[in-house]
Amino acid sequence: MAYSPHTPADRGRMREALGIDTVDALFDDIPARVRANGLDLPEPLSELEVARQLQGLAERNRTGVTSFLGAGAYRHHIPAAVDAVLSRGEFYTAYTPYQPEISQGTLQTIYEFQSLIAELTGLDVVSASHYDGAAAMAEAALMTVRATRRNRVLASRAIHRHFLDTARTYFAGGEMTLEELPTAADGTTDLGALERELASSDEPVAGVLMGQPNAFGLLEPMAEAARQAHDAGALFVAVVEPVSLAVLAPPAEYGADICVGEGQPLGIGLQYGGPYLGLLAARPDLVRQVPGRLVGRTTDVEGRRAYVMTLRAREQDIRRDKAASNICTNQALCALAATVYLATLGPHGLRDVAALGAARARELEQALAAIGVERVHSMAYLNEFAIRVPDAQAVHARLLERGVLAGLPLARWYPEDEQLRDALLVCATEVTSAVDIGHFAEALREELP
Amino acid sequence: MTVEIPEDLRYTEDHEWLRLEGEEGIVGITAYAAGELGDVVFVELPAVGTALEKSQSFGVIESVKTASDLYSPLAGEVVAVNERLAEHPELVNDDPYGEGWMVRLKLADPSAVDDLQAAADYSRLVEAG
Repeated sequence: MAYSPHTPADRGRMREALGIDTVDALFDDIPARVRANGLDLPEPLSELEVARQLQGLAERNRTGVTSFLGAGAYRHHIPAAVDAVLSRGEFYTAYTPYQPEISQGTLQTIYEFQSLIAELTGLDVVSASHYDGAAAMAEAALMTVRATRRNRVLASRAIHRHFLDTARTYFAGGEMTLEELPTAADGTTDLGALERELASSDEPVAGVLMGQPNAFGLLEPMAEAARQAHDAGALFVAVVEPVSLAVLAPPAEYGADICVGEGQPLGIGLQYGGPYLGLLAARPDLVRQVPGRLVGRTTDVEGRRAYVMTLRAREQDIRRDKAASNICTNQALCALAATVYLATLGPHGLRDVAALGAARARELEQALAAIGVERVHSMAYLNEFAIRVPDAQAVHARLLERGVLAGLPLARWYPEDEQLRDALLVCATEVTSAVDIGHFAEALREELP
Repeated sequence: MTVEIPEDLRYTEDHEWLRLEGEEGIVGITAYAAGELGDVVFVELPAVGTALEKSQSFGVIESVKTASDLYSPLAGEVVAVNERLAEHPELVNDDPYGEGWMVRLKLADPSAVDDLQAAADYSRLVEAG
């Protein structure tokens, strides 16, 4: 498509039609004090000078750190096939090419993405994706409100902080409320509190949200929580880490009506926190509540298999302010990365990734126990757990100077929580080596007071 | 274009019809509206017991090409909804004034039905496009 910029004559005619002398007149309604008043930019540089400057900035990055940080974003080996497919021009350059006549390839990859996530979650309806896991969870919370016509949502405190913060933003200002369920001392959601909240009948509950594994890496009693939610007429939303689904029960099996999660672990790098990939799957009868788009398979007039956007009538370009969501796009390229990653590994490969991560985490737990560092919680975990280290934040900083990133000091997320004041959330995956674990344990032993 | 506009019903500018039965009113959308929407694929209806103001949105009708709000012709309480539309939304196209009905309202003020359009008025609205 040719790009035709406006000529000065075009602009002159537009100004004349609008009855203005300058383009600036269009901005008269914006108070002068909030308008940009020229940009304070440095002098222009040559390409060589810019490259040198960027090189210098890049060298300030800490690379080669031995990392035990997870907390919602996980390091995995990404097969070379993922980038090779991703960087093909047909996928990499086009923005939302959904016209079926010219976009069968893109639509097919989205359909395959949906199918793979349906297989992992056991839930048959999967959206074409969302901005990130936090956005997907907030949308799921809103789905429970629409589907039940109730306004009160309960979310476990042991869901990722950023997810809860995002959902709170979505819920601000309306009639809906989002309340946090407390955790018990063992680190899992307090189901007694859930039962009490569900029974308090002044405001019936639309949905119950819980993480599996939860924000402390622990396995929650999802089936029991789902049963409680359903008994009260509420929907149950599982917030999952997708690789774990290769070894844990599919959410549909324990009664989740909706499953959401951050898709980054599926072949997407740890790139400044984004772009990431929001996963959202639901029971078929909730399909009209699913925000965003969905690709379906059909046949064309000649009987050939074809893919099309389907059930689009509730999207924002048609329903405007009444759309199911106005904070919605799909992350086609990230969804493609997840599709290629899952297809490359296959079910057995993904199970190996999850099982290896769990095994490495147990090795880590044992190595830390050998130097006298214990877990904070007693409940079962998969590949991430909290440890108690005296003066955790200072020790964390000293270890980083020595090239070890000792997870996340949980006091940053829970400053008011005495139990977590000296807790570090540490994680292992298949890329964590025995050497890494030895290095961490040795450095930590030397830094302990 | 001729579309069926029964004489015994009352109409709104939003293309809903209302049939008065005693204190109650049955509500649906007109044949003209169903034709304009095309094949109806889903109808979202309110819960029984919902209190509606006149012109308040009570649901959404979705066709292959668009989704539109449904507006209550008069104030009242929903006493029944057409459950069959969940499985058979095509009834709205096939029989808009019969099997394709949507909600039954206990009207707050049955005499307010006189404020709605008669068939002749609604015919003119449809002809004007």
